[in-house]
Amino acid sequence: MKARVRNVRAGDLEQVAAIDAEITRLPKPGYWAQIHRRYGSGRRQQRFFLVAEAAGRIEGFVIGEVRDWEFGSPRCGWVFAISVRPRARLAGVGSRLLQAICGRFQRLGVTKVRTMLARDNQLILSFFRSQGMMAAPFIPLELDLA
Amino acid sequence: MKLQKNTLFALYSVLESAARPGRQLSAREIARKHRISPHHLAKVLHTLAQAGVVESVRGVGGGYRFAGNAKRLTLMDVIELFEDFSAPRRRAGAGIEFAVGSVLDEIDEIAKATFRSITIATMLKLVTRKRK
Repeated sequence: MKARVRNVRAGDLEQVAAIDAEITRLPKPGYWAQIHRRYGSGRRQQRFFLVAEAAGRIEGFVIGEVRDWEFGSPRCGWVFAISVRPRARLAGVGSRLLQAICGRFQRLGVTKVRTMLARDNQLILSFFRSQGMMAAPFIPLELDLA
Repeated sequence: MKLQKNTLFALYSVLESAARPGRQLSAREIARKHRISPHHLAKVLHTLAQAGVVESVRGVGGGYRFAGNAKRLTLMDVIELFEDFSAPRRRAGAGIEFAVGSVLDEIDEIAKATFRSITIATMLKLVTRKRK
């Protein structure tokens, strides 16, 4: 299976939402249309929402953007989400998606890509590690407000 | 989290053997490269063989060869053969003890997540990159 990576289209959202719901078990009504408006449509010079398509079917997606001085960091690319349909895994789809978004970042002059994820998410952590990603010089912190 | 010497020797051995799949390496060969005692290393390799991470090949030119799945085996899988992470958490006590324990727990959890997320295949890629 050779997936082609392209920009998302409105017609892909149903499949994107289905992939996310299959993986997270958390349906998010309305969320994907919002994400599409923000990352996938109109003028989006620094924002990217890409999908991997094989045989007319969406097998995965990646979302990210270039941000300047986020958390005090010089301009860098952030990957906010990457998902591959479970049955399409181990075929290089995730790698192609990540390479594609990194290529978009590089075209904007970015030389660093970052992401953040739950430390118990071993599958995705291992994926990013296998792509050569290392611990960043940041520590995420949180505070219970309730 | 501080790893014991045995654990480090195990990681070196697994990476050395996984870097040369199908090839037998003697304990002496690995020991010489990493400047460790062959006798000490033999015990480590025995534990790895019992766990099925390496297999021992007997006879002339015998040694150990990698027997795991480099894309699936994580650093944590190897480390857990030598370290006991089942020890009670340090949260006992109150006040100062609890606060210090919480910070140490936090560090341990990050270390464990890191070890769980890195496979032997990923480590071999890292070794190659660091050589360049």
